[in-house]
Amino acid sequence: MQFMLLFSRQGKLRLQKWYVPLSDKEKKKITRELVQTVLARKPKMCSFLEWRDLKIVYKRYASLYFCCAIEDQDNELITLEIIHRYVELLDKYFGSVCELDIIFNFEKAYFILDEFLLGGEAQETSKKNVLKAIEQADLLQEVSNTGLHPESFVNPSCV
Amino acid sequence: MPAPIRLRELIRTIRTARTQAEEREMIQKECAAIRSSFREEDNTYRCRNVAKLLYMHMLGYPAHFGQLECLKLIASQKFTDKRIGYLGAMLLLDERQDVHLLMTNCIKNDLNHSTQYVQGLALCTLGCMGSSEMCRDLAGEVEKLLKTSNSYLRKKAALCAVHVIRKVPELMEMFLPATKNLLSEKNHGVLHTSVVLLTEMCERSPDMLAHFRKLVPQLVRILKNLIMSGYSPEHDVSGISDPFLQVRILRLLRILGKSDDDSSEAMNDILAQVATNTETSKNVGNAILYETVLTIMDIKSESGLRVLAINILGRFLLNNDKNIRYVALTSLLKTVQTDHNAVQRHRSTIVDCLKDLDVSIKRRAMELSFALVNGNNIRGMMKELLYFLDSCDPEFKADCASGVFLAAEKYGTDSLTSLHVTAVLSCVLAGSYVRDDSVPNLIQLITNSVEMHAYTVQRLYKALLDDISQQPLVQVASWCIGEYGDLLVSGQCEEEEPIQDEVLDVLEGLLVSNLSTPVTRGYALTAIMKLSTRFSSVNRIKKVVSIYGSSIDVELQQRAVEYNALFKKYDHMRPALLERMPIMEKTATNGPTEIVQTNGETEPSAVEPKHPPPVTQPANQVRTPYSGSYSEQDSSAVTTQFSHDIITFPPSVFQTFQLQLLSPSSNVVPALNQGTVTQVIRVLNPQKQQLRMRIKLTYTHKGSPVQDLAEVNNFPPQSWQ
Repeated sequence: MQFMLLFSRQGKLRLQKWYVPLSDKEKKKITRELVQTVLARKPKMCSFLEWRDLKIVYKRYASLYFCCAIEDQDNELITLEIIHRYVELLDKYFGSVCELDIIFNFEKAYFILDEFLLGGEAQETSKKNVLKAIEQADLLQEVSNTGLHPESFVNPSCV
Repeated sequence: MPAPIRLRELIRTIRTARTQAEEREMIQKECAAIRSSFREEDNTYRCRNVAKLLYMHMLGYPAHFGQLECLKLIASQKFTDKRIGYLGAMLLLDERQDVHLLMTNCIKNDLNHSTQYVQGLALCTLGCMGSSEMCRDLAGEVEKLLKTSNSYLRKKAALCAVHVIRKVPELMEMFLPATKNLLSEKNHGVLHTSVVLLTEMCERSPDMLAHFRKLVPQLVRILKNLIMSGYSPEHDVSGISDPFLQVRILRLLRILGKSDDDSSEAMNDILAQVATNTETSKNVGNAILYETVLTIMDIKSESGLRVLAINILGRFLLNNDKNIRYVALTSLLKTVQTDHNAVQRHRSTIVDCLKDLDVSIKRRAMELSFALVNGNNIRGMMKELLYFLDSCDPEFKADCASGVFLAAEKYGTDSLTSLHVTAVLSCVLAGSYVRDDSVPNLIQLITNSVEMHAYTVQRLYKALLDDISQQPLVQVASWCIGEYGDLLVSGQCEEEEPIQDEVLDVLEGLLVSNLSTPVTRGYALTAIMKLSTRFSSVNRIKKVVSIYGSSIDVELQQRAVEYNALFKKYDHMRPALLERMPIMEKTATNGPTEIVQTNGETEPSAVEPKHPPPVTQPANQVRTPYSGSYSEQDSSAVTTQFSHDIITFPPSVFQTFQLQLLSPSSNVVPALNQGTVTQVIRVLNPQKQQLRMRIKLTYTHKGSPVQDLAEVNNFPPQSWQ
């Protein structure tokens, strides 16, 4: 995967994860064009489109578009499953997730994504394990904020 | 100094802004506050401030002044700080920024941290945006972590290694030892990322590929376990066990089995098993089937398996889900060259997809349709493709027109000529979608479809009235008007026909227009000249031609001068010179490349060169029986071959006739009277004039050209009355 964008029906960006090095200007340009292209698609059209030399896989969940750019040899159908898995993770974490959750807790959305994907590939295929890792990390954050020594969390045997 | 406002507070505030200007004002105010806070080196609220900065960055506002602050957060001991710091680094810092290298030391320390979540943060950041320098410095640490028994870290290290290899391919070797027992892991996360790592290594290095081939049995076993094992709640997706891992294994198998018989054989069974047992009701099952099909087609699989794969794609084509149809068309496009017959079976479904509403599906279906056109199905396919060309979006017209044209060239027969002319006309009238070099081919096609001349010239004339900017269109149209102008004004058209002066106005308009290229002007001038024998306004034409005798354009000048001379000194030759062009023989195509792409390569279309067979036999007599056929008598004993080139052989009959020359029965007249060559010439003689024919034969005998003249006057009256 080269990048993933989340944006609303009005074209407002809610999350951007880039796995390739691009300048800020280029990222803005790509985002603008892609958002325009995807928003122009009719509801009955298929979830894939060719854009520049990339394959774009997108899916709409309620008011948010999840849009991934994959390479030629990547499997479009499984990318749809990747998107779906991320939505499920968000849903489980926030409890029936909606766009507002992602707006007000965008940093958490990133943390969850970074526990699921790394460098554009899935690092963990078990929903349970991703959520457990986030849970533990959140706990560690709590602890570090309240002053308890973080070393009590040295390498637990479970994931 | 009051505490900086909280992140959520800021978000709420900014969202209340009703205009862009209002929002900008709020942002600027907050940025100023954050800046001064940074200046004060406030450790307590740095994290909060950077988080706010990241939010504003997402809205599109500049946040570069926060870069160094991210570095400070990363260096902090607090986990919260590190979390936000690394997030900020991934969002604000990339390898183009000079400061990013300052991260390297922090990351190195964190990779060795006692807390795995900190190590995780470091691995994640390095694996997402590490530059080549960073990767070089830290590869050793990553390699160490690849060997740890902690699966949480091991899986991240594997993907981090993938990134390192992508950035610095030379470092691939150092990860080789660590891959030794990666596949023996039970943890699916580690398995998945390991397969990704192995895939990356095999794709980049043929040596690695050869080395890892021995893993095929192990991979097959893992895949088998996934399919056969019972329900595993942790990895289940709609009844399928860890589809992500299955797909990645299938992809790795594809790479390992390609061009290797033994490996391909070893995976044969499992592929068949996956292909037949995977549940197809949901997308996830189809995702696995799709990957399986791609693998089967790429490795050296046995034919039964290939047929199975194509049939799966055929079923995909009938699926209600658009996405499935799309991937089916994509895959079929990849396999159409190698498994042509199998794909042909699904032709009607593919053609139906031309009518799909989705642009991507239409494009795929179009490309595939062109790939499937052959001599047998040309008639049906052409009908469908013409309909598509007529009704498709402008973005398709160019490629579709090319494709239709090429198909007509390659597989067209005489009986389909009218269909092809319609096809081609549609292309030309659709705009400048036919390339400049197709103009001669177009003209040839139009010439050869005699019954369509009136229709053709009428449509082209009308098109000229609308638009004279598309040069190929203008050139073909001028040529046709020159040739068939008499049909244009003679009342044979369905609609109101123009009068001669109007037609000449149009052609003269082309001569003076800025939009016309010199080539187009040449066409226009010649067309006007030709009309001197078809129209009655000869004086007007004479005038036009003489004007251009002093044109700056040398080509035009030459033409005009020659035409002038025709009027003045050679007027008796003018009718003969300007008479209708005869049917042209199909010449070699100019080698345009096919638009169908397979695996990213284009296929050049077959060029049919004209080989005139060498040498000939002198004919001492030309006997012409009344049936209009003639045969040659060979009297020489030398075994030679007869070749005759139709192009230089237009029999001249008077203008009242129209001729259609069909191909001769053969190019060779055998020696010693062993056979004859028959050529049928169809004559249209509406005025029932007496039929006379003058024949000039040009052939080569023993390498030297020979010309033979003959006249046929003894056509029986019944043939022309």
